[in-house]
Amino acid sequence: MTADRPQSYPLTNIVVPVESHRDSAESAAIAPPQVKIAARNLNFYYGKYHAIKDVSLEISQNRVTAFIGPSGCGKSTLLRIFNRMYDLYPGQRVEGEVILDGENILTLKNIGLLRARVGMVFQKPTPFPMSIYENIAFGIRLYERIPRSEMDDRVRYTLTKAGLWDEVKDKLHQSGLGLSGGQQQRLCIARALAVNPEVLLLDEPCSALDPISTAKIEELLFELKSNWTVVIVTHNMQQAARASDFTAFLLEGKLIEYSVTSKLFTTPADSRTEAYITGRFG
Amino acid sequence: MSESGVVSRLEIRPMSERPKSVGRPWGLPADFLFHKMAVFAAFLVAGVLFATVIAIAFDSRLSIHAFGIWKFLKSSEWNPVTQTFGAFPFIVGTLVSSTIAMVLGVPISFGVAVFIAEIAPAWIKKPVAGAIELLAAIPSIVYGLWGLLIFAPVFAKTEPWINDKLGAIPGIGLLFQGPPMGIGMLTAGIVLAIMVLPYISSIMRDVFLIVPSSLRESAYAIGATTWEVAWNIILPYTRSAVIGGIFLGLGRALGETMAVTFVIGNSNVLSSSLLMPGVTIPSVLANEFTEATTKLYVSSLIYLGLILIAVTLIVRFLAVLLIRRLGRREGAKA
Repeated sequence: MTADRPQSYPLTNIVVPVESHRDSAESAAIAPPQVKIAARNLNFYYGKYHAIKDVSLEISQNRVTAFIGPSGCGKSTLLRIFNRMYDLYPGQRVEGEVILDGENILTLKNIGLLRARVGMVFQKPTPFPMSIYENIAFGIRLYERIPRSEMDDRVRYTLTKAGLWDEVKDKLHQSGLGLSGGQQQRLCIARALAVNPEVLLLDEPCSALDPISTAKIEELLFELKSNWTVVIVTHNMQQAARASDFTAFLLEGKLIEYSVTSKLFTTPADSRTEAYITGRFG
Repeated sequence: MSESGVVSRLEIRPMSERPKSVGRPWGLPADFLFHKMAVFAAFLVAGVLFATVIAIAFDSRLSIHAFGIWKFLKSSEWNPVTQTFGAFPFIVGTLVSSTIAMVLGVPISFGVAVFIAEIAPAWIKKPVAGAIELLAAIPSIVYGLWGLLIFAPVFAKTEPWINDKLGAIPGIGLLFQGPPMGIGMLTAGIVLAIMVLPYISSIMRDVFLIVPSSLRESAYAIGATTWEVAWNIILPYTRSAVIGGIFLGLGRALGETMAVTFVIGNSNVLSSSLLMPGVTIPSVLANEFTEATTKLYVSSLIYLGLILIAVTLIVRFLAVLLIRRLGRREGAKA
């Protein structure tokens, strides 16, 4: 951690009106949002293809930030930079800085520990081929050796946080693959929460789900942000409008507009944002 | 809609006015033929298997009649002079050499498959995969010659070391005693391990590569390492195909004839040591069939073949049982 950077400071590139705190958890409601992740001059390349073009933005702590934009605009790519998922694939590279709590994560050596701090949930539910209990315990065991009773508590706590406990408490030792799609996705959220990350990245978590499961996950987002910083990519504008505090609109790899969600959807500053949210393209 | 006019411009012509090439003039007879041929092919394969078993059982009737089933299985006596025959050393040799092959071959195959599917950079993947697959193209007699003329002399030099180190361990030391000959059960097992490696590793690699990248990514996303992803996520996900691949390799090891005959030493005397010569069912068939002078002798050899088929079927059955059981333990539904 570099000393010259403050670990925590208010958002600098967005004016946050007071009423945007109304949905936040009580404790956070008074405090102005603090910056959790700051991306500076990000450029991302898939081989020669330039996917993210000079994007800078700040993600605030204990808030839900949504990335929206048409397919191929780079919103998922941007999200995958924050836990360095691109590292798995040779030929993908990034330039710029991503500061998480004062530390540039793009130069970190221990990627495993970074991913423990920045969890991720994917578009399709991906339960591991093991029991519901083991799905949660697997991640915990990667970092901690804890006795069985404590593990039971952690599994229960995490599943409760993900709003799944009541539905699965009687079949913890059955396969996660036997759950419905929405339950599987909440299991994946629980699994990501189990390693106790600070940030949770969600890459179109509802696109494979039915409306009821979607509603449950959106509800969950409200719960989650009292403890976690949430960043969600969505192609569903209603979802961004309902569930997020801040919204970033990307187009062709560029950040077009970034502001408080209510403002972006009611009085967008950029004509391209307006065109997109009114359904004229994308 | 301004384009709605386009639809009305499409003409729907009656069948008779369409050009001959459109439609399927041979469609129906071809379909009929295809159906009959598919059914025929399926029954042919099952029929050939069934007929083979019947024929072999029929030809071993003399021996079955003379020695029965249980007595033949447990008897170690194999004496053409006195015309007494028993299968025990051959069954043991077949199972032991194949077990050695699996113990050595499966972990290496897993490593190769994980390397190719998960670790290797793109430029090295193809050459490594190609080289491994080339191993499968080498005829088994070449493996036998290589084993006998090149590997065995080299191995003979390491055997005193094995005697010293492993032979000194109480218990398992019994497995590693005896004079340094270079040929024997362990040599056969090692050569077999090399021979089954391409089969097992290419099946493993193929199934590892079709694991959805989202599953792989979500394991990496909670901070798992490559080993943890391979062992805890990818292997369970591909479990039944991996077990299938292992048993395919095992089937090959059980039935391998030429390479084993060259390097196993061909001794009917059972020994506790893996360094001592042994014998397998296929190797005794290859060695003795031309010398079998009496009807009972020939019949006993064919009886051994019948037992080999039975062993292979039992192994397959165990594989299916294992897959089912592992599946139940993890409560797999999908």
